[in-house]
Amino acid sequence: MSWEWGVIWQYLPKLLDGAWLTIELVAISGLLGLVIAVPLALMRASEKKAISAFPYIYIFFFRGTPLLVQIFLIYYGASQFDAVKNSFLWPVLREPYWCAIIAFSLNTAAYGAELIRAAIQAIPKGEIEACMALGMSKFTTIRRIILRRAAGIVLPGYSNEVLLMLKSSALASTITLLDLTGMARTIIARTYTPLEMFFAAGMVYLAMAAVLILCFRLMERKLNRYQYAKRPV
Amino acid sequence: MDLHGYGELLLSGLWMTIKLALTSLFFGLIIGLSGAAAKLSSSRTARAIATTYTTVVRGIPELLLVLTLYFGGSQLLMFFASMFGYEEYIDVGQFAAAVAALSIAFGAYSTEVFRMAMQDVPKGQWESAQAMGMTPLQTFFRIILPQVWRLAIPGLGNLFQVLLKDTALVSVVGLDELMRQASVGAATTKSPFDFYLAAALLYLLLTVGTTLVTGLLERMSKPELRGGRT
Repeated sequence: MSWEWGVIWQYLPKLLDGAWLTIELVAISGLLGLVIAVPLALMRASEKKAISAFPYIYIFFFRGTPLLVQIFLIYYGASQFDAVKNSFLWPVLREPYWCAIIAFSLNTAAYGAELIRAAIQAIPKGEIEACMALGMSKFTTIRRIILRRAAGIVLPGYSNEVLLMLKSSALASTITLLDLTGMARTIIARTYTPLEMFFAAGMVYLAMAAVLILCFRLMERKLNRYQYAKRPV
Repeated sequence: MDLHGYGELLLSGLWMTIKLALTSLFFGLIIGLSGAAAKLSSSRTARAIATTYTTVVRGIPELLLVLTLYFGGSQLLMFFASMFGYEEYIDVGQFAAAVAALSIAFGAYSTEVFRMAMQDVPKGQWESAQAMGMTPLQTFFRIILPQVWRLAIPGLGNLFQVLLKDTALVSVVGLDELMRQASVGAATTKSPFDFYLAAALLYLLLTVGTTLVTGLLERMSKPELRGGRT
């Protein structure tokens, strides 16, 4: 087996370009996904069946099917309908970039919603009763107590979800986007050095994952500082 | 939803997906058990190898793994074969490359599940088995493994669902499984939405089936849930 380090160094800048797109995809869809996930989780945690039914079906569909199917449904599937093609949405749905972001956001929202729901239900009941006793309205309770407490509880689990998303973002390469994986594949088509290039791409992914883990640790220290506080002597 | 008579194509793909998932499950479980044994062994080398394996595989995308083994599998295998003096060309088939990639990914995650399950078996059981005169191998297969199985089922069920969904990635390298067949149908009939939706529903069917089977296995492994004699 011939192994060429030279080819890795030569194409590393291009790979890093791809890594940048990966970061962009993960960051944008991660934030969008969170924005969708919070109301879904609140609805899902509701005791009224009529309210919790929609998020249930949503989560069931997005967690039960492969992300690749979801991406293809949006990217290729949307073009089947003339109504979509003629609508104002078409300039967005035509772009693989936006399709990837839509698919990733919807997907991560489903997983995130389930995590946040679990966190909401893990908040001690007494705290919510205390809010009621203090005369807080439902909205104020959610804003001031429930979401803040849930954020602290959900963070360790959510960091896992973001890591999984970083890995799934490689699927963007299947709809012609030049993210880290896509870039590696393009380079390989030119140089035919699959092992070297995929190895290099894998190492960049590992490095990104390591940085993410570190960031989440720091965030957790800040958000859950009561758990790390030293006892006053 | 109009499949233009391509429904059978999808079903053949579904069958391939199931075969792929079950074969990878088999090898993945073996890798996972060995990985967990290595992680808990007293040998520092074995622990280091297992830790590197799980860290690396869990940190890189599954798609990258599939692509690497598909495009570089022959090269890799020939490299290892040449260490043993075999210099002929070896061709790694599509199915083999796919199974290898999926079981390596599954193995990394199941290593963790098995490790945790093994640690949950009280140490006293090893000691009493030893006191009864069992060899470590006997202890492992007779005492530990049946209990590990029980503790690991919920975790493994989740991982199998992930595995099922990951089989879709293999379509990227052209193996004729569900996703690939859906793409073929979509391209020939020009109705991609119908075909991908049909594929999505079939995947849902698989995941629901898995959930049911996992629940059943979990019940079987826990006599107390069946209201058995105590």
